[in-house]
Amino acid sequence: MRTGQDCGRKVLLAIALTAAGLTFASPFHARAEEAPGPRVVAITARRFEFVPKEITLKQGEAVTLRLTSEDVTHGFFMKALGIDAVIEPGQPTDVTITPQTTGSFTTICDHFCGEGHGNMHMTIVVQ
Amino acid sequence: MANRVDRRSFLKIAGTSLGIGALYSVAPLLGADGEGSEIARMLWKKHGERLKPFSFVQLSDTHVGFNGPPDPLGTQAYERAVDMINGLRHRPDFVLVTGDLTHDSEKPGEHADRMKRFQEISSRLRVDAVRCVPGEHDAGLDGGALFRDVFGPTFYSFDHRGVHFIGLDNVSRAKPEVGPEQLAWLKKDLARFPTTAPIVVFTHRPLFDLKPEWEWFTSDGDEVMNALASYENVTVLYGHIHRQHEHAAGGVRHYAARSLIWAFPDPATTADKKPLPFDKEEPFKNLGLRLVQEPGTRGAVPDPPTIDDVELTMREYSGTVGINQFLKEGAAR
Repeated sequence: MRTGQDCGRKVLLAIALTAAGLTFASPFHARAEEAPGPRVVAITARRFEFVPKEITLKQGEAVTLRLTSEDVTHGFFMKALGIDAVIEPGQPTDVTITPQTTGSFTTICDHFCGEGHGNMHMTIVVQ
Repeated sequence: MANRVDRRSFLKIAGTSLGIGALYSVAPLLGADGEGSEIARMLWKKHGERLKPFSFVQLSDTHVGFNGPPDPLGTQAYERAVDMINGLRHRPDFVLVTGDLTHDSEKPGEHADRMKRFQEISSRLRVDAVRCVPGEHDAGLDGGALFRDVFGPTFYSFDHRGVHFIGLDNVSRAKPEVGPEQLAWLKKDLARFPTTAPIVVFTHRPLFDLKPEWEWFTSDGDEVMNALASYENVTVLYGHIHRQHEHAAGGVRHYAARSLIWAFPDPATTADKKPLPFDKEEPFKNLGLRLVQEPGTRGAVPDPPTIDDVELTMREYSGTVGINQFLKEGAAR
């Protein structure tokens, strides 16, 4: 004989299982439906250079530049590409851009970082 | 009388570039012209503005303490400039220094020693005052703390014989910018003046986008120039680029002075921001000291000064309150 208590337990179990299923299923569905994120390009800043010295991007492609500093605070500036970031040591800075113009863009450290600061730069090539 | 007291005969600012910087002579006719002297006396009596001809010199980028290529001369060009200024026939009232007085050093005590060395040399100048603003090599690493200890505020203003001078700091925030606090101060400072007041802004970096890829710009320079936009007679003097340059925009003229340590090339001719090579045959050629000779004496006199005409920005009916009142009253006679 089923008791009202048993019935209530089964209902709760069904709800729990459903909830558990959703818990596992939802992220999977969400991942399957999301568009892929921008390509990530890592750039390291250290006195008085950027590594790598040159990167190549595609016109119209969104790219995230992941900037890290190995020593002191640096800047990362390229006006024509709309980039104006500060890179604090130990704290990655993401800058996402979608370059619309092809060309070679000299990108500089614009946060004074010492004697060789004036020549700390890299090149972003957009094809 | 009023017709003769126009912008050219009363407060014309004629300039000469001596290679060591820019030498400006204000109101040259006042001293030479009896009528001008009389006008000056009247203005002094009525408005307290003692106007008389004066000149000043702009120096820039001495980088005291720098040693290494391309410049093996250390402070020689700077010391030579001091001697040239002291040898001028007409003694300038003061000297403006538009930044990078010293080269930065992270060795404890070394940067302070370099600032003292700068002061030792500048103390030889036979002028009433030396007014400085910092460059990024003076103030970029410590937010201007040492500069303030040694030289005082990094931005300020003063008046001199009817001309308002404004020193701006676009280096202490580490990035090339003036910043909102200083912009607010600038607007408050300017509010005291009529739009006709002659204004000289002196700063380190250019206040316009000269070459951003070489960090030859100030990111909020447009905001500075917007604050100055309603003023009719604005001249900007700056350094940083280690070469002479002139730029005009919105009625304002911007003049860069040469360095006294090394020269940068014309960015239109090269992509590389590398100092011009040192020429031991002509050690001062690229350091801002220009060989200038009087007609008929070419080669006979070493390094005499020559004159490049440069005028501070002045328009019709220019001048301070006193000058304008005088002109108005004079015209009504």
